[in-house]
Amino acid sequence: MENLDVILKKHPFFHGMTEEHLRFIAGCAANEVYKSGEYLFREGESANKFYFIRQGHVSLELHAPERGVLTIQTLGEGDVLGWSWLIPPYKWHFDARATTLTRVLALDGKCLRKKCEEDYQLGYELMKRIAHIMEERLHATRLQLLDMYGVHA
Amino acid sequence: MEAWAAEKEQDLKTGNAVSVLQDPMVPEQFRVVRRKSETADTFTLILERAQRDRAFEFQPGQFNMLYVFGVGEVPISISGDPAQHDRLVHTIRAVGTVTRALDKLRKEAVVGVRGPFGRGWPLEKARQHDVVIVAGGIGLAPLRPAIYHLLRHRDAYGRVALLYGARTPDDILYLKELEKWRGRFDMDVQVTVDRAMGDWFGNVGVVTQLVRKAEFNPDQAIAMVCGPEIMMRFTIYELQRRGMQNDRIYVSMERNMKCAIGFCGHCQYGPKFICKDGPVFPYTEIENLFGIREI
Repeated sequence: MENLDVILKKHPFFHGMTEEHLRFIAGCAANEVYKSGEYLFREGESANKFYFIRQGHVSLELHAPERGVLTIQTLGEGDVLGWSWLIPPYKWHFDARATTLTRVLALDGKCLRKKCEEDYQLGYELMKRIAHIMEERLHATRLQLLDMYGVHA
Repeated sequence: MEAWAAEKEQDLKTGNAVSVLQDPMVPEQFRVVRRKSETADTFTLILERAQRDRAFEFQPGQFNMLYVFGVGEVPISISGDPAQHDRLVHTIRAVGTVTRALDKLRKEAVVGVRGPFGRGWPLEKARQHDVVIVAGGIGLAPLRPAIYHLLRHRDAYGRVALLYGARTPDDILYLKELEKWRGRFDMDVQVTVDRAMGDWFGNVGVVTQLVRKAEFNPDQAIAMVCGPEIMMRFTIYELQRRGMQNDRIYVSMERNMKCAIGFCGHCQYGPKFICKDGPVFPYTEIENLFGIREI
C-alpha cells in the first residue's frame, strides 16, 4: 500500500512542491470512503476539509425549492474537491454526494489553514494551485451559462 | 470565362473537393422511408432514391442539400453509415423554415437531394493513430458516419475516444447507440451534459473538460471536432493544452451554404468556401480566420 506522501507526490496538484511541504500536507491527510449516496458534505456545514478523489464520482448539488436537486457539476478520479476551507467564512456552498463508491484523500483544512498563516510559502503554493482550479471551474461554468447548444448557437 | 469560374469548372472536372455530378444544381428525388424523433426538436429522416437505380456513396463528414419543394433548400450533414449505400440518413434540428418543413415530412413524402458535397473527415490520415472525437449537441450527427467507419475498421486505428456534450440529458442524440458504443471494450465513450436534475447519474459539466481525462496520445492522435463554433474554439484550447499540434486537429465548419459547389459565395469564409473547401478543415487551414469576428 502506498504511503500518503507518495500518493500526494504523484498528483498533478502537488507537482513542484518541496519535500518538506509535502510531508506536512501528508500529515494532514487521511483516506476516506463513501458509499454511493453518502454525502461528503452538505451546504452550510463548516468547510474544514478538501478532497482528492482517488476513485469514484462525486456530484455537486444544490437544492432549489420546486425544482428539486440540481446537479451543478460532477467530479471524478483525479479531481480536487472544495476550496471553501481556504476562504472565510469556511462554509460549504453546495452538497457533495458520492454517486458511486468513492475513495478520497481528505485533507484537514483547519490544520493547513493554521500552517499557511505560519508558512507563507506553503500558503502561496497552495493558493496558487487552488486559484488554478477555481479558474478552470469558473471558465467551465461560464461555458455552461452560455447555453452553447441552444437554438441560437 | 472568368478565372474563378474556370477554377470551379476545373474542380468539378477533377473531382477536387467536390463530388463529380452530372449537374450538381439539379436535385434528385428521394423518398422518406422512415422518420424518427431523436429529441424534442431533432429528428432523423431515412431516405432512399425514388428510382432505386444507383447506390449513394459519400465520405463521412460530407453534406447534402435537402430541398422541400416549394419551401426551400438547406444543407444537412449526412449522419448514416457510409457502408450502407441504399439509404441516406440525415439528422436534422427543426430551427428554420426549411427544417421545420422537413420535420413535417412523413413516410413516402418526396424530397429533393443534391450531393454529396464537400470534404470529409481525415479517416485515411488517422489510420494507425489514436482518434479523439469531440462532439457537441447536434455536432454528433456529422461525426456518426466517421464513428461507424472507425468501428468497422477498428483494427486500423489506435485508441478511439468519443467525448460528447449535450445541453441536458433529454437532448442527448443517439442515446441507444451511445450506450452500445460505451459497452464496447475498444472505445472510450464519455458523455456530459451542461445541466441536469438529480435523476441523472452521468457527468455534468462542459464537454471541454472531458478532453483533459481522455486517453489518447496527443503526439500522434487525430482530433475530429464538431459542434457550435464556441464549443469548438474551447475544445481546441484544451486539445492544445494536452499537447496536440494544430495539424492534427480537424473541425467541421458551418456557414450559410446555398449552391454547395463554391459558385455563389454565400458560405465564403475568408479565402475559403465552406461548401467546397470544407466543411471539414484541418485547423491549420483556418486558424487565422477562426477568431476573426467580422468573417
